[in-house]
Amino acid sequence: MPAIGTKDALTEFRENLRAAPKRILETAFRTGLPTTDRSRSTFVFGNVFLHLHSVRTHRWSLRWLTTAGLGIATLAAFLITLVTGVLLMFYYKPYPEVAYQSIKDIHFVVPTGRFIRNLHRWAANVMVVTVILHMARVFYTAAYRRPREYNWLIGIALLVVTLALSFTGYLLPWDQLAYWAITIGANIAQSPREVTDALGITEWFDPGGLQRLLLLGSDTVGEEALIRFYLLHVMLLPLVLAALLAVHFWRVRKDGGLARPDDADDILARERREETYPVFTEQPQKTYHLAAIVRGRTPAVGRGPENTVPSMPHLFYAEFGVLMLTVAVCLLLSLLWDAPLKELANPNVPENPAKAPWYFLGLQEMVSFSAFMGGIGVPTIVLIGLGLIPYLDREAEGTGRWFGGPGGWPLVRLSLLFGFAAALGVEAFAIRFGWLREWFPNIHQLAITVFNPGTVLTALYAAFSIWAMKRHNSTRAGALALFTCFLCGFTVLTVIGTYFRGPNWEFFWSPADWPGH
Amino acid sequence: MTTQVSPKRSRLDPEPMPRRDWLGLGALWAMAVSFLFATVGMMRLPKAAVLPSPSKKFRVALPETLAAGEPFVPPGRSVALFRDEEGVYAISTVCTHLGCIVKPAADGFECPCHGSRFAPDGEVRKGPAPKPLAWLKVSVSGSLVTIDEGTTVPQGTKVA
Repeated sequence: MPAIGTKDALTEFRENLRAAPKRILETAFRTGLPTTDRSRSTFVFGNVFLHLHSVRTHRWSLRWLTTAGLGIATLAAFLITLVTGVLLMFYYKPYPEVAYQSIKDIHFVVPTGRFIRNLHRWAANVMVVTVILHMARVFYTAAYRRPREYNWLIGIALLVVTLALSFTGYLLPWDQLAYWAITIGANIAQSPREVTDALGITEWFDPGGLQRLLLLGSDTVGEEALIRFYLLHVMLLPLVLAALLAVHFWRVRKDGGLARPDDADDILARERREETYPVFTEQPQKTYHLAAIVRGRTPAVGRGPENTVPSMPHLFYAEFGVLMLTVAVCLLLSLLWDAPLKELANPNVPENPAKAPWYFLGLQEMVSFSAFMGGIGVPTIVLIGLGLIPYLDREAEGTGRWFGGPGGWPLVRLSLLFGFAAALGVEAFAIRFGWLREWFPNIHQLAITVFNPGTVLTALYAAFSIWAMKRHNSTRAGALALFTCFLCGFTVLTVIGTYFRGPNWEFFWSPADWPGH
Repeated sequence: MTTQVSPKRSRLDPEPMPRRDWLGLGALWAMAVSFLFATVGMMRLPKAAVLPSPSKKFRVALPETLAAGEPFVPPGRSVALFRDEEGVYAISTVCTHLGCIVKPAADGFECPCHGSRFAPDGEVRKGPAPKPLAWLKVSVSGSLVTIDEGTTVPQGTKVA
């Protein structure tokens, strides 16, 4: 017998059943619709995905000019490749010839297959572009400085993984372009032999051969290589990328949000057109240990942190905006241009010219002078140089400001001039007059490995940056010069490799001048 | 009061490193070393012991009409075969730069990928190739020539 005043179990069961949908929602989103600043905060830190953000965002971070949304655009492009990549895996078969046929099926038979593949390819391209632009933004706003040095290193690792993902994806269609790009890539991995052979020690010490063997799983590009690249492309590298991304985002928050100049609040006050944004509209219920949230010397007592707005919704709207824009750009590109698919791979006839994807053509241009220096030596120097930037430039002037620091925009302009001139000059010289092998056919290979257009350009840039450092008596000025030169060199080599190299890697003003086959 | 320095340590004296800390550190090091060994062990797996590539040796009959110094490329192989009065010889057509297949031309070989040029004997004339083209081992039995792509011989080795 139930006690008086209580419902019997059956009624309660019925009521619970009826209330279940509402309660499931309530338990999923504990706060309900966030209407106050406090519930907005709970909304963010109560959600495992959102809590990578801090609950409040400084208004400086929301200015369009601060980031141009490049980091989020990169993430958005990655998410697109993730979704479309999983879709492509429904049909793709990683076995030579079968792989080619399955890509053909995806292109011609599978419903929406062509579109999804286009989207995958374009998003991958967009990702490479935005990741480079994002790096440039962080560099030019001097946002890599203390306490964000380590996150810059993570970013460099992310750049490398992004390029590795693109490279491994390039082989999968198993067409002529893929096959020969990977043959070249695998032999670049083997190119330390250029040095060990010249020294005559390859028999005992052969790191190049080992790298190639590990990459290809065989001594030719075949089924073993394809399955390895597939594994790297769909499993290993995405996992590494996801782990690094998590650290990257987490550190953005833990390092105090985006870098901003000391007088950011003054600048915002001058720019501000409307009244103050709401600070805490009620006393915060949650108490923090002060030391945990305040980095500055004077804790804000009795008021909310100034010039911040709740991340929900202000930051999230901005992020969704960038996401939608990225999706729109990728959709448009996929509708306009199809991803290429050449004829089936033929191990006996190289594609002529055999070109890697555009972002590797700068490398390929350097490789056409020396395989080891162009493919491994100079890129390693560049990566080490980029990684060391925040540890060599420990100054404080100009943080958070575009082209901030001694030298500023005039120095960047001069560096642009020098960077383009040096790259074009060295290239023009090598194209017009050839290089050591043509002049002295019997010259020792090590001489070319050490002294070739790639290393000459690197040395010129290093010298220029030392000059800039001396002139402005500032490490930041040296960094500004070097990074700008690096961008110029990358651009010039990439453009020459893409548009001005034809059959036999000879220089042509236009593809219309290429000799017929 | 002065402190006496006693050479003998009492068991009540504080230890230089507490035993628990020492054991803990030891455990950590043991873990690190075993992870290291496990990683080295795992690295052995991707290094293939058997290379699943087609046989390096093949046999082919040279065309009767092959003129001296004229290249003969067996279909599906990256080798150029020559015959002159001194004998038969084979030059690999795999570029020593980055592994593209060079094309026999009037004055030697040319590589389509990065523009390396080689003399008829395989010496580098131009471009980024670091080494001459490899000469491969050949053996002649009657009208058939056996080529071993896996074995190189010194430049100028011709088999009658």
